[in-house]
Amino acid sequence: MPDVGLQSELAKTADEERRRASSDAVAAREDRILDIIEKTRAKRPKFRDDHITMAHGAGGKATAALIEGLLVPAFASPALDVLGDAGIVTIDGVGLAMTTDSFVVKPIRFPGGSIGDLAVNGTANDIAMAGARPLALTLSLILEEGLPADVLKAEVDAIAKAAEVAGVTIIAGDTKVVERGACDQMYICTTGIGQVDARATLAPSGLKPGDKILLSGRIGEHGTAIMLARGEFELGAVVESDTRALWPAVDMLLHATGPALRCLRDATRGGVASVLNELARASGVAMLVRENAVPVLPAVMGAAELLGIDPMHVANEGVFVAIVDPGSATAALDAVRTVPGCEDAVEIGEVKTSPTGMVLVETSFGGKRVMDQLVGDPLPRIC
Amino acid sequence: MKFVDEFRDPELGRTLAGEILATVQTGRHYKIMEVCGGHTHSIYKYGVDDLLPENVELVHGPGCPVCVIPMGRVDDAIAVAHEPGVIFTCFGDMMRVPGSDGTLLDAKADGADIRMVYSPLDALRIARSTPERQVVFFAIGFETTAPSTALTLKRAKTEGIENFSVFCNHVTIVPPLRALLESPDLRLDGFIGPGHVSTVVGARPLEFIPADYNLPVVVSGFEPVDILESVLMILRQLNVGDSKVENQYARVVPYEGNIRALEILAEVFELRPHFEWRGLGFISQSGLKLAEAYADFDAELRYAVPGVRVADPKACQCGEVLKGVIKPFECKVFGTACTPERPIGTCMVSSEGACAAYYNYGRFARDRELV
Repeated sequence: MPDVGLQSELAKTADEERRRASSDAVAAREDRILDIIEKTRAKRPKFRDDHITMAHGAGGKATAALIEGLLVPAFASPALDVLGDAGIVTIDGVGLAMTTDSFVVKPIRFPGGSIGDLAVNGTANDIAMAGARPLALTLSLILEEGLPADVLKAEVDAIAKAAEVAGVTIIAGDTKVVERGACDQMYICTTGIGQVDARATLAPSGLKPGDKILLSGRIGEHGTAIMLARGEFELGAVVESDTRALWPAVDMLLHATGPALRCLRDATRGGVASVLNELARASGVAMLVRENAVPVLPAVMGAAELLGIDPMHVANEGVFVAIVDPGSATAALDAVRTVPGCEDAVEIGEVKTSPTGMVLVETSFGGKRVMDQLVGDPLPRIC
Repeated sequence: MKFVDEFRDPELGRTLAGEILATVQTGRHYKIMEVCGGHTHSIYKYGVDDLLPENVELVHGPGCPVCVIPMGRVDDAIAVAHEPGVIFTCFGDMMRVPGSDGTLLDAKADGADIRMVYSPLDALRIARSTPERQVVFFAIGFETTAPSTALTLKRAKTEGIENFSVFCNHVTIVPPLRALLESPDLRLDGFIGPGHVSTVVGARPLEFIPADYNLPVVVSGFEPVDILESVLMILRQLNVGDSKVENQYARVVPYEGNIRALEILAEVFELRPHFEWRGLGFISQSGLKLAEAYADFDAELRYAVPGVRVADPKACQCGEVLKGVIKPFECKVFGTACTPERPIGTCMVSSEGACAAYYNYGRFARDRELV
């Protein structure tokens, strides 16, 4: 009678050997595939879509393909290649930062702000991210037929107040009216200009391993506020938008760090994740973020958890990412924390050498994972 | 966050990891399948497998609701969405699933009125506030989401809302598990059992796994500590040659299930004779349709649904991924032709899909060091 036990033991051993051999082949394949993915990601994305979908407006991968795959190559301008929040022109030795923006947020009023606040702060903040003091804005209003005058007046008021707080003057403007249905209440387009600060030597492609990644405050509040304001979820929480002018914090930061400040980005659409991925790619470096260092309100965390969204992908309107030389990180944080709205400024991670172009998160649980840009659009028309 | 942070405690995680290491037998390889996409997502999101010994392998199972929808059903959905006057509502992930000619997102850009909702009740609310339009809800999911569709239908019926219908793609968990276990190319040592499905159906329906296939099952919660504890419970069963259903997720899952929810399911739905699963083919008695009493709300009866079966793209190996036969990166198109931005297969679409979870979170091999 054959020894069944022995036979099954032998079969097990053979099985185990086969498994080991195939697991080596599998590991080799995994490495090869990962290399291909990383090489593809390091390349400029291509715009290959048949038509525009809402995902192109979300600030994630589709937006990057639209901007870097279609717009930037079409205009062949070195200023655009930098992919900064604002472009810089130098006139008679004076550096001027210039930017343009449009606002289509729905609903136009939400806890913590309105489309008018966003228009002023969003534009002025793009200027500030170039290390420039915002000076003046232009304002173009696209109004829908039938818009109640009170709604318009409230927004004009909000714009005037926000401009005063941000220290910018509205110096030109335009108005257009379109038929009912051709726009949703009102859209605002702006152009901003500012003077580059003498203390600023920002270069988003100049990040060095060891540099510290700083965040100016809690994340995810604007996106969550808009989401809750739409009333599509029956969540009781009220979260206010963080829309605010960031120049005062940048001013303090430049004072504290000078040339040790490598670059600044405001973490709007696509959130902190998009900003870090763009920077890692631009400088050919890796980044490591400690998840439990990132400040998030419990209500924001709860909403994100329920909806399956990562707060790192949620839009902010008053938070920036700063990359600084490690020697200046403490001074930078001390300076920024004196500014109202930036009391929670914190170091969340650091720049590494490799794997290049990738952002990794050390999870609060102790594992590691990749943090990529947003795919698709969980929340259209956020600003 | 209360009631969540406790289950993400790194200290507790390390303790469990230590116990797992002490429990595994060297020289033995353990292949454990997590059934739910929610587990897959957590495993990658928190880097749970970083904490497991090398000889404990987690295999991703078929429990991702988006992943199992075949292409033909997406085509049907797009056809309904293009019907004049229809507002088509669905969960966000479904909008990016490719049919044979584009996604619902493409159909939306083409002019179809397609709206993302987070719950079938949102769809019903749209129907209530736009009585002049027809609102269709694209229902997907296992027994976890089926009760909310059922409740919505009950409410629609009570309120007499006639401009609302459901395109039903609900499926049940047991038939695909049985199909998997019958498949000869898969050798498993145990199952991390579905958590949220079990809140509805209970743990009892999983008893066939130890009874017929002699494998341990531990119904598990979705936080990293839950998953580690479940792995440990499975290993302990294996070490003593035991196989039974255990409930790690007892804080949420009653062993007998949610009787009220099961009653509502039985009232509103009935089993289809068979239903096609992406990559797994037709599985008998695995899909739900609206029962006779709710036939008025059945979008498949209200509209001319093409109902054409579409073969998966040749290069796509979603079926093998769903069965746990191959790892995501072993698929021929993974990460190259098929990415989260341009998915070919469903597993790359949903954040619970094994491929998307691996691409988005796990794409950093364990042995590579960050410098």
